[in-house]
Amino acid sequence: MDRIKELVVLSGKGGTGKTTLTSSLSKIIKDKVIVDADVDASDMFILLKPRVLKKEIFRGKSVALIHQDKCIHCGLCEQHCRFDAIHKNSEGQFIVNEFKCDGCELCVYVCPVDAITMEQGIVGEWYLSETDFGPMVHARLNPGDENSGNLVTMVKHQAQIVAKEKGLNKIIIDGPPGTGCPVISALSGATATIIVTEPTLSGMHDLDRILKVANQFKVLPKIVINKYDLNNENVREIEKFARENNAKIIGRIPFDHCVIDALLNEKTPVDGGEECRRVKDEIYKIANFANEIFET
Amino acid sequence: MWITVASGKGGTGKTTVSVSLTLALENGVYVDADVEEPNGALFLKPEIEKVVPYTEPIPQINTDVCTFCGKCADACVYKAIVILKPLKKAMFFPELCHSCGLCAYVCPVEGALAEVPKKKGEIRFGKSNGVEFIEGTLDLGEASASPLIRGMKKLIPREGKNVVIDAPPGTSCPVVEAMEDSDFVLLVTEPTLFGLNDLKLTVSLVKELKLPFGIVINKAEEGNDLIDRYAEEEKIPILGRIPFERSIAEYYSKGIPVIYTLENGKTIFANIYKQIKEIAQNGQN
Repeated sequence: MDRIKELVVLSGKGGTGKTTLTSSLSKIIKDKVIVDADVDASDMFILLKPRVLKKEIFRGKSVALIHQDKCIHCGLCEQHCRFDAIHKNSEGQFIVNEFKCDGCELCVYVCPVDAITMEQGIVGEWYLSETDFGPMVHARLNPGDENSGNLVTMVKHQAQIVAKEKGLNKIIIDGPPGTGCPVISALSGATATIIVTEPTLSGMHDLDRILKVANQFKVLPKIVINKYDLNNENVREIEKFARENNAKIIGRIPFDHCVIDALLNEKTPVDGGEECRRVKDEIYKIANFANEIFET
Repeated sequence: MWITVASGKGGTGKTTVSVSLTLALENGVYVDADVEEPNGALFLKPEIEKVVPYTEPIPQINTDVCTFCGKCADACVYKAIVILKPLKKAMFFPELCHSCGLCAYVCPVEGALAEVPKKKGEIRFGKSNGVEFIEGTLDLGEASASPLIRGMKKLIPREGKNVVIDAPPGTSCPVVEAMEDSDFVLLVTEPTLFGLNDLKLTVSLVKELKLPFGIVINKAEEGNDLIDRYAEEEKIPILGRIPFERSIAEYYSKGIPVIYTLENGKTIFANIYKQIKEIAQNGQN
């Protein structure tokens, strides 16, 4: 069997339409595994209505716990902590802020009376589900927790396993916003990325940054301009930028209220009828390009 | 007053609201804490006065002195150091290092392991329209935004200032880092199912941090009460609305702050601030 290929949809800037596009593509492209890798704000389930087959706890980093019965209040742990995670509370006890603790264990080493131990926390869950459009792997990170990059790696790994089991060789991934750890995890090992941008100064600024990250990780970039009719001058800028960077523009989706109406009804624009024709046609075009990426 | 603007979902209008809110304040300081994709400068067009490199310490192993005992490698939970004792080799993987300092702490040999600064990003300081401007940018390829946000927040002037922090999207660590020590968290959402779902996640986080908060609805439309119903149920105050209009999106695309393009823009943001002040002073409900 061919190598399993991953296509990840990114944007840098949030809210440019990653989830809407990825969900639409998931309904068109056949024989694939769907992944929602935006684990701290996963929304794909709203449109694809997965039925959960398997649910697993995701354990993250350990965090420090100060045992008050042993603590002699020397304050060494607070002084040494680089993450600002240990503070004295109003009762004079040294307390670990679990949100800020990075799990490095330095405090365990500096504590002269062995009053600190590491406790492993649960940071989220991941799910293997089925949808009307194929298997889906998704996850939920507990609000405020870290390691979303690791959770992204986990859902991608599970998707590879499912793809192998079912003999599928395409994985479509809805990626997270930004350029940091979760994005790097989403990109790593991917064949290509579709970057969804919009002709706004923010969209363009972030396109430039995310494209550089894609290049760093040697992932083939393609560009989709969403709401392309919002600002013609900016579209020309994006076109120029795309040429200069050898990133092909594979779609131009118009700014149309039908998209919002579809989403409010838990539908994607490709489920709609004539009222969303222009958007739908463009997404089908993008799906053809995506299929080409998978097949080459 | 220290206000953090957050959203959960990306693209709901955090920067739009943060920039315009800062412009409506006296002694306003705009802080861009969306360090992976900072966009505030596109709207404020600040004159940058100072650029400070942001660095974090990473270990440097002096193999002339190192005894290859392996204590540093054993201690490092991130597995950023590998010591091959028989080969007398020390390997360091900077992309795995979290700059915690444990390796330097456990190293028993003087001069074998020293921490040296490594650049991870930049912090820019400037002025725009009577507003102070601070922006953090994480270098591309760097994984962790939280330390930069933490470092940048220490450089924000506090006395007599009204600080607005433009937070990153999501609900994970960097968002907590941005919200911490705030007097108020302003949640920007949009009346879509994605907006609502991510708003709920963010609300649970803000509640856990025990910070007072309220909602601004962006892209609000007549007849769409998705967020209103949720806010009423949860007794969360709605402090303002920015309507869904193509013209607003067009001005946004050109980088013009909404406070200048919206009818009654100044009043809307002045009102938001007035309510924030009341809630921050009197407590939520």
